[in-house]
Amino acid sequence: MEKEIAIKLVNISKRFKNIYANKNVNLTLYKGEVLSVLGENGSGKTTLMNMLAGIYQPEEGEIYVNGELASIHSPKDSFKYGIGMVHQHFKLVDVFTAYENIILGLDRKTSKNTINEIKAIAQRYGFEVDLKKKIHDMSVSEKQTVEIIKVLYKNANVLILDEPTAVLTPQETNKLFNVIKKMREDNKSIIIITHKLNEVMEISDRVTILRKGEYITTLNTNETNEKELTEYMVGKKIDLNLERLRIQATQPILEIRDLNVLKDDGTVAIEHLDFYLRGGQILGVAGIAGCGQKEMCEAIVGLRKFKGSITHFGKSIVGFSPEKIKEIGISMSFIPEDRLGLGLAPNLSITDNMLLKTYNDNKGIFVDRTRGRKEAEDLIKRYNVVAPSTEVPVKNLSGGNIQKILVGREIGTNPNVIITAYPVRGLDINSSYMIYDILNEEKAKNTAILFIGEDLDVLMTFCDKIMVLCHGKNMGIIHTKNTNKEEIGLMMTGALDLTQVKKEEKYGIAEDSRLSEDEWKKLREEDQKNEDREQS
Amino acid sequence: MATFLINLITSAVAMGTVFLYGCVGETLIEKGGNLNLGIPGVMCLGALGGGVGVTLYYMIFENEIWFFLILFSLVFTMIFAMLGGLIYAFLTVTLKANQNVTGLVLTTFGVGVMKFFGKNFNLITFSQSSAIFKKFFVGYEALGDFGKVFLSHGFYVYLAIVLAVLVSIFLNKTKTGLFLRSVGESPQTADSQGINVDKYKYSAILVGCAIAGLGGTYYVFDRFGGQGFSDAAIDAFGWLAVALVIFSTWRPGIGILGSILFGGLYVLPYCIEISKSQIKLFAMLPYIITVLVLILTSMLDAKNSQPPNSLGINYFREER
Repeated sequence: MEKEIAIKLVNISKRFKNIYANKNVNLTLYKGEVLSVLGENGSGKTTLMNMLAGIYQPEEGEIYVNGELASIHSPKDSFKYGIGMVHQHFKLVDVFTAYENIILGLDRKTSKNTINEIKAIAQRYGFEVDLKKKIHDMSVSEKQTVEIIKVLYKNANVLILDEPTAVLTPQETNKLFNVIKKMREDNKSIIIITHKLNEVMEISDRVTILRKGEYITTLNTNETNEKELTEYMVGKKIDLNLERLRIQATQPILEIRDLNVLKDDGTVAIEHLDFYLRGGQILGVAGIAGCGQKEMCEAIVGLRKFKGSITHFGKSIVGFSPEKIKEIGISMSFIPEDRLGLGLAPNLSITDNMLLKTYNDNKGIFVDRTRGRKEAEDLIKRYNVVAPSTEVPVKNLSGGNIQKILVGREIGTNPNVIITAYPVRGLDINSSYMIYDILNEEKAKNTAILFIGEDLDVLMTFCDKIMVLCHGKNMGIIHTKNTNKEEIGLMMTGALDLTQVKKEEKYGIAEDSRLSEDEWKKLREEDQKNEDREQS
Repeated sequence: MATFLINLITSAVAMGTVFLYGCVGETLIEKGGNLNLGIPGVMCLGALGGGVGVTLYYMIFENEIWFFLILFSLVFTMIFAMLGGLIYAFLTVTLKANQNVTGLVLTTFGVGVMKFFGKNFNLITFSQSSAIFKKFFVGYEALGDFGKVFLSHGFYVYLAIVLAVLVSIFLNKTKTGLFLRSVGESPQTADSQGINVDKYKYSAILVGCAIAGLGGTYYVFDRFGGQGFSDAAIDAFGWLAVALVIFSTWRPGIGILGSILFGGLYVLPYCIEISKSQIKLFAMLPYIITVLVLILTSMLDAKNSQPPNSLGINYFREER
């Protein structure tokens, strides 16, 4: 029997400034099916769905709903076509009750019946919800329930769920999947955005794969397997003209045991993480965005509370202030998604930004601008920064040049540990290579480097070892020469956990640690005592 | 003692009305997510509009007819105040200019415009009309103290209280009020639910400014006896109105009581015999109390007494 088409996207393109977030994407959604949209970070899944939801407008291409050309200019248009989206970051008003959130934007009159109608929907799909409860008193799963009811109450026939399981426990995920199955029985169409392969296999009928904003393919779930999906998702290995310096690594400089960090919202960011960094070695970190990379970096450099032990040349640095950590030679450069915001003040000049890092060494109350200017000039010369002068605001420079300044400034302090996250984010090839060269130079000086990256090809060629994180857990640490892209892809999505497969291998525990196991034990006990004291 | 208290409360209610108008208007605007620091300027513009209305009235009518005089003052006050609001809304909502800077500019602008054009009015008609502004209920004297405290005021006092109650009901009981609050709390959420964020912000700013402007006219023609604009410290009352919004934790109902408290603190030094420097000390009290309220609500982390979550932040849909 031929299935009816609910939604068809034809050659959709969307640009942000000059970068394509989606390029010629095609997608077909049938009535009464669950379609997974699979892809790595930045593959344009959410952007594509936001166009269906009316948040963004496509630059090119057509959207057909029930076979008719649809024009969706706002979320309101989107409802009209029966499309509803549950965003990854919930769109709920915290100080409102569930009921108030559900009726937001409703055109029709509300009455006593409204509550009964909402309750009927909840009952039909097996939701439990207290409509009078305020959102800020709810758990994540309750909030999601409210979001889904909200969409259903607006008579959506097409539901888009953006990473719905990212914040749920396995039990809650099961519950959600039962709801999704019930909706499918009701002939509703569901699009679920995800990067978890096991969930794709479990819940969806078909799967559409995007990579770097482009449409790759659509497969029937029962005709494929996790390995094939990973290959499509990460793509074939590309040979990069990148050099991996081979030098003798030193004894571990930074050693981390049993690191536990929480996110801002109190959920787990990193749990029970062990790893170490050797001088003259680059440890790459692979993982889907938001798997605790940022929180891990912040914990190490003293910007975030954590539980666990961190030693630097065999001495504990737990409880050190960020200034102290900087002083002993640990530097961090983190390039956030918007590039500005962490580490550089966009409205200040290059000179001022150089001074931000070294103002502490300044004697007296006046700023030593001559020195700052000299440092800025050195940096511009050394890294070929294109800037009219040292006094232009940083925000007027191009992305590549901004990043060179940030990375260059951090390295300029002669650190012995460099933690760098996404240093080449948004850079063109040449600028990227410049950054890699800078890092390789540091590596040759026996500096320990932690490189958090996005591009697997780069990680594979550039790093000596790769640690894979999946939802804050260590999936294993492997030498890049002993692995391949598919294996890492499987680990990133949680389909393969080396720490479980090879239990005898102690991942992240150095054999030639600077401390004996007894000393570690003692240190751990001390740290634990401090943690307990802090809690009480 | 009793007479003293009765007089104090009566003056407090009358004075507090100036703050109450500003407070109710600003609350409405802030609930839509816009922090309008132009309220003092808007109140000045409103007062100027009131002056224009009264002047026009005397060009048409010869005798004082209560209804038409009040009507003229109301209509023109609102028009002038809304023009100020329109400037603010266009800059912050359409052009996404910084709200604080825009608000402060509007205040400077409003005060300047009032002082500049305010010199040219016929002050004799102003003081004539003032008697009408102060008159509303008749025969309240027969009711003794009760009549004095509650019924001796001009029409604008009762209008302010009615507006405060209406805005309170609008915000908390109506669907449109709920939608407006959602815009102030999380414009992303409101937008994703098909609520036209810009439309709500514009409406809230215009209506809010119209209400706030009435405070200026009330002060000049009722409290100040129609003595013109050059010595009227309306902008200072505007800042107290903004402080009252915080004090009332964005609830117009509490704003009514707060306005009487603020009004009482303002008139108290004039009712007792103290030196000039002590008057200044009393004048600080409303601000000190507001700071205390801020400290208390922050320390208690009272979720329902917090400013709207997106207050002061402009909304762009395609921002990422």
